[in-house]
Amino acid sequence: MNNEITGKPIDRVDGRLKITGGAQYAAEFPMKDLAYGVAITATIAKGHIASIDTRAAEKIPGVFGVLSYKNSMSLHFPQGGDPGSGKYAEKDLLPLQSDRIFYDGQMIAVAIADTFEKAEYAASLVAITYEPETAVLEIEPNASNARQPKTGLGNQPMQTKRGDASTALANAPVTIDYTYTTPVYHHNAMEPHATTAQWTGDELLIYDSTQSVYGSHSLMANMLGLEPEKVRLIALYIGGGFGSKGFSWPNTVVAAMASKLVGKPVQLALARQQMFTTAGRRSQTIQNVSLGADRDGKLLSIRHASIVETSFVDEFIEPCGVATTMLYACPNLEVTHKVVNLNRGTPCPMRAPGESVGTYALEAAMDELAVKLQMDPIALRLANYADEDPQKKKPFSSKNLRECYEQGAAAIGWKDRNVQPASMRQGRYLVGYGMATATYPANRSASTARAILFADGRAEIECCTQDIGTGTYTIMTQIAADALSLPITKVKVKLGDSDFPKGANSGGSQVSASVGPAIRAAAIDVVGKLAKLAVQDTGSPLHGLDEKTIQANNSGIYSSAEPQRGESFQALLSRLRLDRIDALATTNVSTRAPEAGQPEAIRNYSFHSWGAQFIRVLVDPDLYTVKIDKAVSVMDIGKVLNQKTATNQIMGGMIFGIGMALMESSVYDPARGRVVTRDLANYLVPVHADMPVFDIRFIDRPDVLISPIGARGIGEIGITGTAAAVANAIYHATGKRVRDLPISLEKLMD
Amino acid sequence: MYPFTLIRPESPAAAIKNATKGTKFIAGGTNLVDLMKLDIETPTALVDINGLEAFNTIETLPDGRIRVGALVKNSALAWHSEIARRFPLLSQALLSGASPQLRNMATTGGNMLQRTRCYYFYDPAFPCNKRVPGSGCPAIDGYNRNHAVLGTSEHCIASHPSDMCVALAAIDPRVMLHGPRGERSIAFAELHRLPGSTPHLENTLLPGELITAIELPSLPFAVHSHYLKVRDRASYEFALASAAVALDIQGGTIRAARIALGGVGTKPWRSKAAEKTLVGAAAGDATYKIAADAALNGAIPHKHNAFKIELAKRTLVRTLNIVGGNA
Repeated sequence: MNNEITGKPIDRVDGRLKITGGAQYAAEFPMKDLAYGVAITATIAKGHIASIDTRAAEKIPGVFGVLSYKNSMSLHFPQGGDPGSGKYAEKDLLPLQSDRIFYDGQMIAVAIADTFEKAEYAASLVAITYEPETAVLEIEPNASNARQPKTGLGNQPMQTKRGDASTALANAPVTIDYTYTTPVYHHNAMEPHATTAQWTGDELLIYDSTQSVYGSHSLMANMLGLEPEKVRLIALYIGGGFGSKGFSWPNTVVAAMASKLVGKPVQLALARQQMFTTAGRRSQTIQNVSLGADRDGKLLSIRHASIVETSFVDEFIEPCGVATTMLYACPNLEVTHKVVNLNRGTPCPMRAPGESVGTYALEAAMDELAVKLQMDPIALRLANYADEDPQKKKPFSSKNLRECYEQGAAAIGWKDRNVQPASMRQGRYLVGYGMATATYPANRSASTARAILFADGRAEIECCTQDIGTGTYTIMTQIAADALSLPITKVKVKLGDSDFPKGANSGGSQVSASVGPAIRAAAIDVVGKLAKLAVQDTGSPLHGLDEKTIQANNSGIYSSAEPQRGESFQALLSRLRLDRIDALATTNVSTRAPEAGQPEAIRNYSFHSWGAQFIRVLVDPDLYTVKIDKAVSVMDIGKVLNQKTATNQIMGGMIFGIGMALMESSVYDPARGRVVTRDLANYLVPVHADMPVFDIRFIDRPDVLISPIGARGIGEIGITGTAAAVANAIYHATGKRVRDLPISLEKLMD
Repeated sequence: MYPFTLIRPESPAAAIKNATKGTKFIAGGTNLVDLMKLDIETPTALVDINGLEAFNTIETLPDGRIRVGALVKNSALAWHSEIARRFPLLSQALLSGASPQLRNMATTGGNMLQRTRCYYFYDPAFPCNKRVPGSGCPAIDGYNRNHAVLGTSEHCIASHPSDMCVALAAIDPRVMLHGPRGERSIAFAELHRLPGSTPHLENTLLPGELITAIELPSLPFAVHSHYLKVRDRASYEFALASAAVALDIQGGTIRAARIALGGVGTKPWRSKAAEKTLVGAAAGDATYKIAADAALNGAIPHKHNAFKIELAKRTLVRTLNIVGGNA
């Protein structure tokens, strides 16, 4: 393939459509007789609904009804817990099935009307009384009752040991032992959770904002007791998810239930305030990290003990310590997780679940160890560099982390860093440099895609995966264009429709590595079919050649030995009077499925991405306002499929990390357990004015073991290490170590 | 949102005539519409005054006063050359508030009447003495990081959110009013009330009264002024603490001073006590620290906002330094 387009920094294929408002999101499908639902949520943390009075609401002209447990259809309890095949976020709390309240903000009713405004007004007129019960609201006083789960999501082990961490720690010449805490965070995707549902007879059409079109489709059929063929679920464009749309939340199934009740299509979008209760979040964490090392900085023991929380209606364990098990070479390790049940909405994966908060604690602890050893933080990491996965005892498929440290150090100006804290100044401001390691697993799972070549020379790709805003449409167009040797303008990638063959869900940064190879394989199969037709056709210049010597080139097929010999796709198909040639290909490779049945390369290696994060901060020495001055990220993520979208992903991840470090925090009222920071005025995310100069670089070396396209996913790794690098830079600037995120200014003031 | 009717009067008289019980004037709507969406404000009618062009001008009067119409947008006021030159603190305060989009909508009159951003006030599921008199204040024993330390009562500790008003508190303009009983004017300092036992009463406007303009005094030394805002992020965020300062320094001695604080008071907080410590004193850090202590004298901390007392002092000292030299 000449002039490969994969890797080129092309503009997003859907960029113009999005910025001109043409891209249709789940609550943007006009329909005849469309009705609007407005959710009503509980205002107590635990108890029962005593009464629901809907009379005033139902008197309003244009109001079609109020759906609650009193008039709701019964749902089927869904089986399975894999988001790729459909996971309801709160398995023990299917919506609107009973009068029980498990958390403040739980969806308990929906008002439905012919306009959004009337539905909102009606919702405000529904009078609800409660029988409250005593709720469990806080993690700290209940930590002694914490359970120790064996496994978390995807059967990931939650308790990991090697060697004898306690004895090694007790005997280590140099130790540190600190507790790091992080608050509840909310994803706050720009597009709220939203669904439009329409019944036609017993067939159901759903437009949903989801990170798993296939999973949401299966789950809806499952919960509503329908044959899967009777349900079609579509998500053409998704305004971000960050993990919050990986599981299904009440909005999806309730939109279908409401539509059934009123006999009209119903649109149901959560209000921003509702995004803080019934749409997922990251668990609060309390993480104790103990490190023991010899005087040269060689780690002798790592202990990472986390306490997290979940709801009473499902269990999601924030896997804080998973990266700790493999990041550094250390013979003795103990990683534990404990969980407390609280009357809060259920947590779920949020951009780098585990690694984001876990690398904060571990990499801040490494910085503290470096200070105690009087050792350069990069040198400490190099002294403990893991050449193989220390837990799995397998080589890494590809690891160029040393180069990440080197390039990042050069880019931030690490050599100018005075090792003494609070020693550097720029005008009035204290200057600090901090760094941390970034890491995230390289996941891949089975995917199927269809490639179709039309007689007019266009191609289409169909796959039931989704673009959650990351650029999937764009990079898949590049991959397909290369495999078919077509210009990207001739390739249309169609995603986000359950009628298409099953692709991977958007979770665990796996879509590029999972769906890319399937699309490539389908496209190559189309080319193979064309070659076969050509060699058998006396009218073709390729007649009589061995089909294996024929390849796609310049919008046609040509002999690899004689590059001028061949013909265009259009010439071949029109001569043969064929409208189209298509092929369906499945790549059944999974880094997370049981190893049996997987190719040797998958079985024998450990797959991870790597990076180094460097941060330079300026801190006001009186007011303690923190300005991130420069952020450098050097990422080893295999082949870069598109420099623009890749930079975008890493930058977005780092902004997420900066927010996590400095300002994001969801606060619950201590008496009622109700979120008080429940909008974007009170849940602060960084704004442009907070942003530093970003310098984002890639090693760009293909990982040939994970797939033929050589790319590992990059949606999540950008956040990892960032919060620690910020915290470490603030320590370096001020000499003050804040171990409780976010690092708001009062924690730095004396 | 509750249903309402929209009235678009063509004259000030018609606007005032329509301002009956249960109605609200609407100008930029940047605060009122949010509150209506949350059912915190439920007017039966909105009297839209945006068509009253007479209230949308900035005029320098012969004696040096500047008359600013109530409908002048925050962005227009901030970038007005006379304001930027003669009242830097006001221009800076306006530009530190909200976002460009909001400043392009928000008006001078509306900004003065914006309501607190107390989390509990903003959530009708909670009791709130400001929203439902006598229902209680969950902020006092709850989460109170953005709350006030000055001017609080046992009924309410909500902070006043405006930046513009902090600068105005320092400048102390006249507020021009027009109501059913005719026109009158009051000092800016008389506009906002302390919560006391009636936190739902936030200002001294009479029923149906409309702010038509403010008149800034000539105040020549305001050219030496500054507004400094300290907050959790660099833009689009209310103040944890802010200070508006104007100083008249001659030969190293402070002859006159205006000081107001934001983020810490239940109303825009002018500190005459701090001003008093400055007048006659030598400009410099030691003097400024005495003023800061005086400004925060009597401040009452709560669980999450105690830091504001020290932060406000440091913010004031920094601002005094910026205006008076040394910083």
